[in-house]
Amino acid sequence: MSDWLGHAMASPALVLMLGAALIACLPRWLHGVWLLVIPAAALALLWQLPMGMHGQIGLFGFDLTTLRVDGLSRIWATIFLIGSFLTGLYALHVDDRIQHVSALVYAGAAVGAVLAGDLVTLFIYWEATAIASVFLIWASRTIKAHIVGLRYLVIQVISGLLLMMGTIIHYHATGSIAFDHLGLATPGGWLIFVAFGIKAAFPLLHNWVQDAYPEATVSGTVILSIYTTKLAIYSLARGYAGTEALITIGAVMTIFPIFFAVIENDLRRVLAYSLNNQLGFMVVGIGIGTPLALNGAAAHAFAHILYKGLLFMSMGAVLHRVGTIKASELGGLYKSMPWTAAFCIVGSMSISAFPLFSGFVTKSMILTAAAENHHWIAWLALLVASAGVLDHSGIKVPFFSFFHHDAGFRVREAPLNMLLAMGATAALCIGIGVYPAPLYAILPFDVDYSPYTTAHVVNQLQLLMFAALAFVVLFRSGLYPPEVRGLNLDSDWVYRRLLPRMGRGIHRGVTALRAKIVAGLAQLAGIAQHWLTEAFGTNGAAARTWTSGVMLLWVTALLAAYLLLYY
Amino acid sequence: MSQPDARPGLFERTGVIRTIIALIVLICAGLVVAEFFYAKHPHFGFDGWFAFYPLAGFVAYCFIVLAAKMLRPALRRNEDYYNERDRQALQTPMRDDDHE
Repeated sequence: MSDWLGHAMASPALVLMLGAALIACLPRWLHGVWLLVIPAAALALLWQLPMGMHGQIGLFGFDLTTLRVDGLSRIWATIFLIGSFLTGLYALHVDDRIQHVSALVYAGAAVGAVLAGDLVTLFIYWEATAIASVFLIWASRTIKAHIVGLRYLVIQVISGLLLMMGTIIHYHATGSIAFDHLGLATPGGWLIFVAFGIKAAFPLLHNWVQDAYPEATVSGTVILSIYTTKLAIYSLARGYAGTEALITIGAVMTIFPIFFAVIENDLRRVLAYSLNNQLGFMVVGIGIGTPLALNGAAAHAFAHILYKGLLFMSMGAVLHRVGTIKASELGGLYKSMPWTAAFCIVGSMSISAFPLFSGFVTKSMILTAAAENHHWIAWLALLVASAGVLDHSGIKVPFFSFFHHDAGFRVREAPLNMLLAMGATAALCIGIGVYPAPLYAILPFDVDYSPYTTAHVVNQLQLLMFAALAFVVLFRSGLYPPEVRGLNLDSDWVYRRLLPRMGRGIHRGVTALRAKIVAGLAQLAGIAQHWLTEAFGTNGAAARTWTSGVMLLWVTALLAAYLLLYY
Repeated sequence: MSQPDARPGLFERTGVIRTIIALIVLICAGLVVAEFFYAKHPHFGFDGWFAFYPLAGFVAYCFIVLAAKMLRPALRRNEDYYNERDRQALQTPMRDDDHE
């Protein structure tokens, strides 16, 4: 192995970032080639790197390890780079330098973060993902996107600051900045856990995903859906594998976004809720922490990036052609966009975990691990959530956009590059489902797991087909909630409405109190002035003219008192 | 952009829709029959009950959709609830405060 591969410069992350710097100055016609060549080159480099810790550099007096290649980091970096290639293809037609540059810097930062061997390197790349990604939201160039982007950035930076504080406390307590198992035994461990939890969209910390992702550009949303949350999942797997609390957190995460997804009208927001729900499966896997469960989390992240990307791509294509992505406005698009509809259905069947599709061979590892470790509540939650996934991502997204009643849109099919990207992603989804061996081969632990047992296939089909039957029954009987325009309150209401209102209330209260105090003081001053005027004013007692008789009387009285006192 | 079609599309014909529904029902019936023909490996006991997975799928789905439907009146607001809608022209100054 050539020894240059051990240097910090030989980093796939830097390949992407240097590529981004070049795109910033290359002529437009070269962007297309470059968007595909750079991720491919970075992927080739990643697989040339030998296993182990490389890329040691000194910074701020710390010895940083910028390249840690092991089973866990390599599978994550691999799927990030595949994602970068596919989104590059999808965004080929976009004539916007800012989006291309930020997409590559963002991907590079995410790859750098998963390859980071220490917490300081992780922090640097962690913040870089936040800053690079916000431009994909701002690139929508609307006022709303501007506001949403700012809100997104604030939350991402808070996560970064918590990571930094946690790292400092952890370093003082242990003398080490190594990014290995951290656990919740120390305050530093807790701070870092919350930092990861924000980016992993833990319940109640989740809403930045649903707020920000649907406001990004058509390709921006696809790109955003890949990196930040899965980087957090990787970090949890690295630092908190086997932490019991994660099983509960993950189980809640799989269930509660489903209800929002069912009643949400913006289909890209439905997918953002669905993304949240899928992250829950991975978090449960990490909480269980056995080799099978961690393999399941890693495999599910891999498959999830592809099918979730595919679903976002198909909805992006609809938005690109029709101009809206509201379920209440869409319908019947299979006539105009048959290929997009077909690819969307592949994504839907993959996320729903139908046999022969990617979700089936990955999600089942997590469920099996939960069952083998007797976590029956979590297992039931995951089962219910699986039926929920079938509704919002399996049925709702394709049904209300491509089928249902014809909304009358007659548009062209998606651009060729979008179709190619969707086609390639769909092929990967089916490929993994039909032949999972290559994916299993690159998992962090050796697996002896076979998803295609008779019982498993039959049970999964029973679950899904009866859920589909329930949809038919509810829809035909008119019980299925109709798609209507509107916005649903979520936890972001706290910081978008409640806290500003409380702030305004406090401001009003303080202003009123100040006014009262000023009025009270003014009244007191008035009384004092009145009293002084009484005493010393032109008509006051002190300014009165006295008759000499009265004066004589007082002098006589004083002299008498004087005489009395001293005699 | 839109023009009325002379005849309904493939997935709008009642015959096709009926066929799809009939297929789903048939497959479901087949999957219940299949209960008799494979060896179960229950982990908890209850997951080995007859027709556990079909029931779980049907009940869980109905619960999720109907519960969400009941939540909707409490959660749903106007699309411009947060007053962050884009003004038609960017020149129009934004109000930095939403006074109701």
